[in-house]
Amino acid sequence: MTDVLELANVESSYGPVQALRGVTLSVHEGRIVTVLGANGAGKSTILKTISGIIDPGKGQVKLRGEEIQGRSPDWIVRAGIGHVPEGREVFPLLSVEDNLRMGAYTRNDADGVAKDLDAVYAYFPILRERAKQEAGQLSGGQQQMLAISRALLSRPAVMLMDEPSLGLSPKLTKEIFEIIVRINRERGTTILLVEQNAHMALKIAETGYVLEVGRIVMTDTCERLAQKEDIREFYLGIKAAGVRGQRRWKKKKQWR
Amino acid sequence: MRGRGILGGGGLVNQFLQLLLAGVAQGCVYALVALGFVLIYKATETVNFAQGDLMMLGAFFALTGSTTLGLPYWLTIVFALAVMAVFGMLAERLVLRPVLGYPAFTVVMVTIGMGYILRGVVTMIPGWGTDTYTFATPFADAVIRLGAVVLAVQQLAVIGMTAALCLALYLFFRYAKLGVAMQATSQNQLAAYYMGIPVRRVNMLIWGLSAAVATFAGILLAPVTFVHSNMGFIGLKAFPAAVVGGFGSVPGSIVGGLIIGVVESLAGYYLPEGFKDVAAYVVVLIVLMVRPSGIFGETARKKV
Ligand SMILES: Nc1ncnc2c1ncn2[C@@H]1O[C@H](COP(=O)(O)OP(=O)(O)OP(=O)(O)O)[C@@H](O)[C@H]1O
Ligand SMILES: [Mg+2]
Repeated sequence: MTDVLELANVESSYGPVQALRGVTLSVHEGRIVTVLGANGAGKSTILKTISGIIDPGKGQVKLRGEEIQGRSPDWIVRAGIGHVPEGREVFPLLSVEDNLRMGAYTRNDADGVAKDLDAVYAYFPILRERAKQEAGQLSGGQQQMLAISRALLSRPAVMLMDEPSLGLSPKLTKEIFEIIVRINRERGTTILLVEQNAHMALKIAETGYVLEVGRIVMTDTCERLAQKEDIREFYLGIKAAGVRGQRRWKKKKQWR
Repeated sequence: MRGRGILGGGGLVNQFLQLLLAGVAQGCVYALVALGFVLIYKATETVNFAQGDLMMLGAFFALTGSTTLGLPYWLTIVFALAVMAVFGMLAERLVLRPVLGYPAFTVVMVTIGMGYILRGVVTMIPGWGTDTYTFATPFADAVIRLGAVVLAVQQLAVIGMTAALCLALYLFFRYAKLGVAMQATSQNQLAAYYMGIPVRRVNMLIWGLSAAVATFAGILLAPVTFVHSNMGFIGLKAFPAAVVGGFGSVPGSIVGGLIIGVVESLAGYYLPEGFKDVAAYVVVLIVLMVRPSGIFGETARKKV
């Protein structure tokens, strides 16, 4: 089993604020790996560092063994990293179709792009119906579908997903997670999934990491993580007096 | 005081039509300078106060193309647009990018400073200097007569060329991958990075495009006001045009430019002296009172 993506002692900061304090993790090829953590733990910062939006102060990010930290974001996309950002970040005044075309910006194989366009329309038929509509007019759930599809169109080897369940109904969350699993199985796309919705994340991922204030404090198979007392309390909100944990992960997200 | 060579006679209707045509033609120039403002503003949130001076510089390059190099009119246009596109990209790369991320005030001061420097440098260049130059066009003083109505070919050409440029830009932004990427970058820069769009290069290209559009405006204006180092002050009229249209709207900048051109032309003839110069600002005040975000303002739905 090879690790397609590895982080070694990564430290990232926003000016004086250090958000990652030495993060080490590895993602097996073809797997779904999840990073759990409360608000402000540094989950999004991990993904932004991998995508080259933030350059780490220390440590290495390796894609198939090659160091990619410090590279430009467009180089990293070309190298095979796709990003589904927190809060969707669609292009609001572009049509759904043009949003998808922008997902394929780094590609020049028109036939392959057309095939992938059909593939994402098959995953999310509503997007085909809305192809000519401005993305800003879609519902939150539809925008999430668009953000996932857009990232798929770069045909990534590894897809980074930042809280795809954010603000969605339980039913829609379930649907989106089913598609994520299908993308992983059918296309062989490796997925690094960041979530506060630990329930769903632990169900679909094989390996999980728990992040607290910029440090990985625990890692295990998701099956075993789901059994651990503190995970159950803080991230799953189970346990007799589990109200506290529940509040914590259901806390209303604030806009970036 | 109201004597105008071109308004020779032909009755009130003819006079009005001529004023209208002159206003639309002048409005086209405002519109193109405003369009340049808006392109840069949307992409980088920088208000480029040197836009008028880019236009002036472009007109000087066109002058050099047609006189020194002896190029025909159409090749002169191509030459000046190409030179100024490169100039615009260099300006972004060497002047604007280093101040990226500084407060908006700093960036504005840099663009104002760039305008001053351009005006100064132009006067120092041999063959350019502080003189005023005529600019030859194939249209010269030709007129078209439709019954009693006399129309200047020069003005019709300005309108036609502006329309052609707008159509080309529309097709580019609508269908070309780079054009759509420019829009995407303007709408959500972070997401553009995530898509692998080379944001900095795209912004540089937008500066190049904007400088080329300004140059086109300069070439259209040159036969009317002649080429001189202060012709860039027309930017002071293009700015209200952009505001009237709704700062940040491309179609708005065109409509805003036309409105201001026409109002100015009519005010200059029918109203007492002095109104012509304030007309643009009166229009701005009225439009902003009625619609604070401008005619095509998108403020309410800019970001989702
Ligand atoms: N742009 C920024 N400027 C300064 N500090 C930031 C910035 N973005 C994040 N931070 C800080 O970095 C830390 C980690 O933030 P990050 O966004 O990675 O958290 P997160 O785990 O994704 O949280 P959430 O679940 O709320 O999305 C936080 O303490 C946050 O305050
Ligand atoms: Mg986050």
